[in-house]
Amino acid sequence: MRVAFDEMNGADGQLRPAYAALSAWLREVPPDVLDHRRREAELLFRRIGITFAVYGEADATERLIPFDVIPRILAASEWDLLRRGLEQRVKALNLYLRDIYGRREVLRAGVVPEDLVFQNPVFRPEMNGQKVPHDIYVHISGIDIVRVDTDTFYVLEDNARTPSGVSYMLENREIMLRLFPELFSRHRVAPVENYPDELLATLKSVAPDVASGDPTVVLLTPGVYNSAYYEHSFLADKLGVELVEGRDLFVKSGIVYMRTTQGPRRVDVIYRRIDDDFLDPLAFRPDSALGVAGLMSAYQAGNVTLANAVGTGIVDDKAIYSYMPAILKFYLGEEPILKNVPTWRCRESEHLAYVLDHLDELVVKEVHGSGGYGMLIGPMADKTQIASFRTKLKLNPRGFIAQPTLALSTCPTCVEAGVAPRHVDLRPFVLTGRDRIRIVPGGLTRVALKAGSLVVNSSQGGGTKDTWVLDH
Amino acid sequence: MLSRTADNLYWLSRYVERAEYLARILETTQRLTALPLAYVGESNEWSTAVSTAGCSAAFFAAHEEANEDTVCDFLAFSTENPSSIRSCFEVARHNARAVRTALTMEMWDAINSTWLELKRFGNKPSSREELARFLQWVQGSSLRFDGSAYRTMLRNDAYWFSRLGVFIERADNTARILDVKYHLLLPEHEQVGGPLDYFQWSSILRSVSALTAYHWVYRESVKPWLVADLLILNDQMPRSLAACYTNLVEHLDNIGRVYGRQGPAQRQARAIKTRLQNSRMEEIFHTGLHEFIGSFITDNNQLGAAINQQYLA
Repeated sequence: MRVAFDEMNGADGQLRPAYAALSAWLREVPPDVLDHRRREAELLFRRIGITFAVYGEADATERLIPFDVIPRILAASEWDLLRRGLEQRVKALNLYLRDIYGRREVLRAGVVPEDLVFQNPVFRPEMNGQKVPHDIYVHISGIDIVRVDTDTFYVLEDNARTPSGVSYMLENREIMLRLFPELFSRHRVAPVENYPDELLATLKSVAPDVASGDPTVVLLTPGVYNSAYYEHSFLADKLGVELVEGRDLFVKSGIVYMRTTQGPRRVDVIYRRIDDDFLDPLAFRPDSALGVAGLMSAYQAGNVTLANAVGTGIVDDKAIYSYMPAILKFYLGEEPILKNVPTWRCRESEHLAYVLDHLDELVVKEVHGSGGYGMLIGPMADKTQIASFRTKLKLNPRGFIAQPTLALSTCPTCVEAGVAPRHVDLRPFVLTGRDRIRIVPGGLTRVALKAGSLVVNSSQGGGTKDTWVLDH
Repeated sequence: MLSRTADNLYWLSRYVERAEYLARILETTQRLTALPLAYVGESNEWSTAVSTAGCSAAFFAAHEEANEDTVCDFLAFSTENPSSIRSCFEVARHNARAVRTALTMEMWDAINSTWLELKRFGNKPSSREELARFLQWVQGSSLRFDGSAYRTMLRNDAYWFSRLGVFIERADNTARILDVKYHLLLPEHEQVGGPLDYFQWSSILRSVSALTAYHWVYRESVKPWLVADLLILNDQMPRSLAACYTNLVEHLDNIGRVYGRQGPAQRQARAIKTRLQNSRMEEIFHTGLHEFIGSFITDNNQLGAAINQQYLA
């Protein structure tokens, strides 16, 4: 594995311009001040109640995601590249979904193998030939980006179902503004606080045509026990929309209503943070207590918009990922601005042979896994882990893809011993409305707090940073 | 607003109010039992505390004897008792979290800090002083929550539903004290307790935070029928049944006005308020204090059910 590119000091120890002011400030500020602010930040997070639940931990039902007070900084030119790349990518995601549930030209052209679509559990036959309002499927996406050198950003993953993390982007900034006003005064940081406004504008723009001029938007949450519940309530609050659970909604004659203290009120747009499977017990999992009976029929009748649409999993699936550059080219006739990480598809025999021979240097991921679970990082794994993965791979090669172990870029981070480089990734959030695509400059930077670790997932000990896009 | 949101706000306020009431009961009981027997008689005050809290059945299912240890544990710290102070704060915080969007930052901060601090108090206080500190803290937390709501909430339906919770619960609490101690409040010629009762009367007043108010209102020494008058009919006394109903009618009317529609809840609240306004203490004693309070508790529960039916379900 190569030495990682450091976003402050480059690969060669040369201070990069975007970090000049931060670097000077880090040299000035006494370590105890930094430590004091770090503890203050933690206290603030706990008081505000920004917590998340970790599945499978009986006791620690509410934990804080560690917050690192040193911001991650992107120059305006870097952001410009990212922004253009993200827009292009998300356009392609939407065109692809429309095609898959419509004419299926991409399959006829042989760009994507049919079985990857039709035998995929996240493919929704209910959506075949189904028109969705304004042909938009993915309204809110979080595209995970990693960086390996000065110019190379890779898309690591598309999240087109119910991506989370945007509340951290917003709260991290709030807390930084409170704790480090002097550091802000040395930079011109593009604001992110307009994200809720942009989101609301996006959601209203995609209301069905039958809706009134001022459509009613709600946010549908699985409830307080969901790991992202804080984010759901935070967003509903900022959007000024009702935070509803399945039991607050009902469907009558193909129209969705919410139960209010003044009787039933019609709902036009549902920003749902519930997975497809649980949306409607009549259409999907009959045992779901989280959903709304009849919701799917109201959706199919065109009386309500679901954001994101049903069936978008077919585009952010890890098995489809490796086809994205070809998909993008097929619809837009352009080269991808943001590259894919080179990927071996274990379903193809030559690829599988290569992967089995190089397990100790590759990252192997489950096609349907998420959150950093069920994955092998070859260089970090011991012999037993590699052996057990080898067996899994041979049993079900279609279930896996493999990628080189990327030397993710690092950023200066507060650790026990002071300030040290730690690996980071970036999740910007892309909003697609009827009128246009909106992206606030920044995103959620996740950081692997353990030295050398590449796993940034919050469920596995990762932390977050504020992400600054410089405005010049 | 969502019915579920209104329901959560209503119960959030009820549970915070109940926690404070339990703390007051425990505090006054501790005071009473600290007095020499000659002043308070032989009755088991700890057992009375349990019935005043309205959970005798559950308590005696879990404990054989009502004493300081078992009662304090059951009413303050038990996780088995769904109405212990701890459980009240747990449920209140759970409800608050479910309706974060309907709370102001100050209210959330009040209830969330309470919940965080609750963990610091162990399961058993190491001393009476520590228990006393805990009970003080409970009352302070409730005041802080109530004050945050009063000071920071928009005066809209969310506020009114949370107030309804406060006053339904408060009316129930005051009525329960009266129900358990009614025999102490009967006029002198029906006296059952004798001069020892002075400390009982003042403990009733203390448990609804009305001892000072009593002296201001009546300007004489504590007399049982005046205690009853203060807690039932005196509109100026914030915890009296009459004051609770003045508030309930007002907040229900606000909701009715803004929603443009009145319903059974408004009618029932007005009927109960009118009954209280038209009552005289002499008549109440004449027809039976116990019966009067019993039927009030039933009416109050029915109003709670009507509010639930009309708005929260």
